Amino acid sequence: MALKFAFYLAAGCAGCEMALVDLADRLVDALEHLEVVFWAPTVADVKYKDLEKMPDKSIDVALVDGAVRLSEQEHILKILRQKSKILVAFGICASMGGIAGLANVHTKEEIFETVYFKTYSTDNPEGVVPQTKCVVDGKYELTLPEFLEKVKPVCEVVEVDYFVGGCPPHHEHVAKIVEAIVSGNLPPKGSWITDGKSVCDVCPRNPASKGEKREFVREVKRTIEGVPDEEKCLLQQGYVCFGPITQGDCGASCPKVNIPCRGCGGPLPGVKDFGARAISAIGSVLSEEAVDQLIEKYGNLTKLFYRYSLPASLLGGRR
Amino acid sequence: MSDWEPNIVVIACNWCTYQAADLAGSLRYSYPPTVKVVRVPCSGRVEPEFVLEALLNGADGVLIGGCHPGDCHYKEGNYKALRRFKLLHKVLTELGIEPERVRLEWIGGSEGLKFAEVMKEFDATIRKLGPNPLKR
Repeated sequence: MALKFAFYLAAGCAGCEMALVDLADRLVDALEHLEVVFWAPTVADVKYKDLEKMPDKSIDVALVDGAVRLSEQEHILKILRQKSKILVAFGICASMGGIAGLANVHTKEEIFETVYFKTYSTDNPEGVVPQTKCVVDGKYELTLPEFLEKVKPVCEVVEVDYFVGGCPPHHEHVAKIVEAIVSGNLPPKGSWITDGKSVCDVCPRNPASKGEKREFVREVKRTIEGVPDEEKCLLQQGYVCFGPITQGDCGASCPKVNIPCRGCGGPLPGVKDFGARAISAIGSVLSEEAVDQLIEKYGNLTKLFYRYSLPASLLGGRR
Repeated sequence: MSDWEPNIVVIACNWCTYQAADLAGSLRYSYPPTVKVVRVPCSGRVEPEFVLEALLNGADGVLIGGCHPGDCHYKEGNYKALRRFKLLHKVLTELGIEPERVRLEWIGGSEGLKFAEVMKEFDATIRKLGPNPLKR
């Protein structure tokens, strides 16, 4: 019997859905075992009210990509949770807040100020900002979802059964997940679906796998300052790379194309706060001068260390 | 909140700052009772998470105490603590925590008086700042 399958895009970019589509012919094979009952708002022509009508626990597996930014997403997630047996936070936005979560460094007022007034291309002489309700012609009441104070990961709104990292998850990893779902071979609830290896573990540049000695890093460089050596460990060259603390289900995709890891894979098991652990790891390999240089070169360190995980961090954002 | 008393967590390395706290006791130097000392093997053992957890669980101030540079029992743990602390301090400031709430101090094993004085001074700083806004 085919598994009833749902996919919901919250505050994300649909890149995680693309990652599923990237399975290509393997997805076609998998679709024999999956019956898509809800895939909104991107793929299937279903309305939210259709979801509301479904019986409780009638969906076998629901994937959610994207963080929670609007009251509408909170509402749909609560319904989806009711209707689903298994709910997966698919991708780093759903699991930890992702890039959208960097908004938590700013207040809602600051964001509205920038978006609706300050940007160069904004033309808003009447000072219009989104309202949750508005009456047109004195009789038509129109509504918009509320823009919440903070971005939240999905697990702050509903119970999440499994977490998947990645921005987006690598298609090879997605293939393994789909296989695990179809065969029912899933880890204990509440866990991340991961191989549990770090990016460094699977990175061909890792000095340990080449029998090289790891040196202290005395100079910090940004990628805008030149092209890194293609063979040598990026961290050893002074490019801040979060390979040591990030799940490597991506197969070190970024370091393989000369880009340092920014931590989208999510924290290795046992890490409570990705950014704090990143500080710990990077602080141990840099010399004191390099640390000062790092502070000087990056305008905002929070946005570096918590690039994908700010809403799910211990502090959750600016307080 | 007139009956508020600060809650200060001191994470002290076993070999220097904790010994200094002991010595302060033996020498009868008094320091504020708001200070709670947690002993760790080395200041290099202190994960930034410890500081965040302390702040979230009601500490109004957190002080990490280690050996003076060059004196670390494990040779370089305190240097590591310093490098992590610099990064953590910047991030905490960006996230809206007053920088004075979190502090790193080198207090050697023979410096009982310095321990008592730093604690008095830190207690006064925290009293001036008021309760930690993160307290839940």
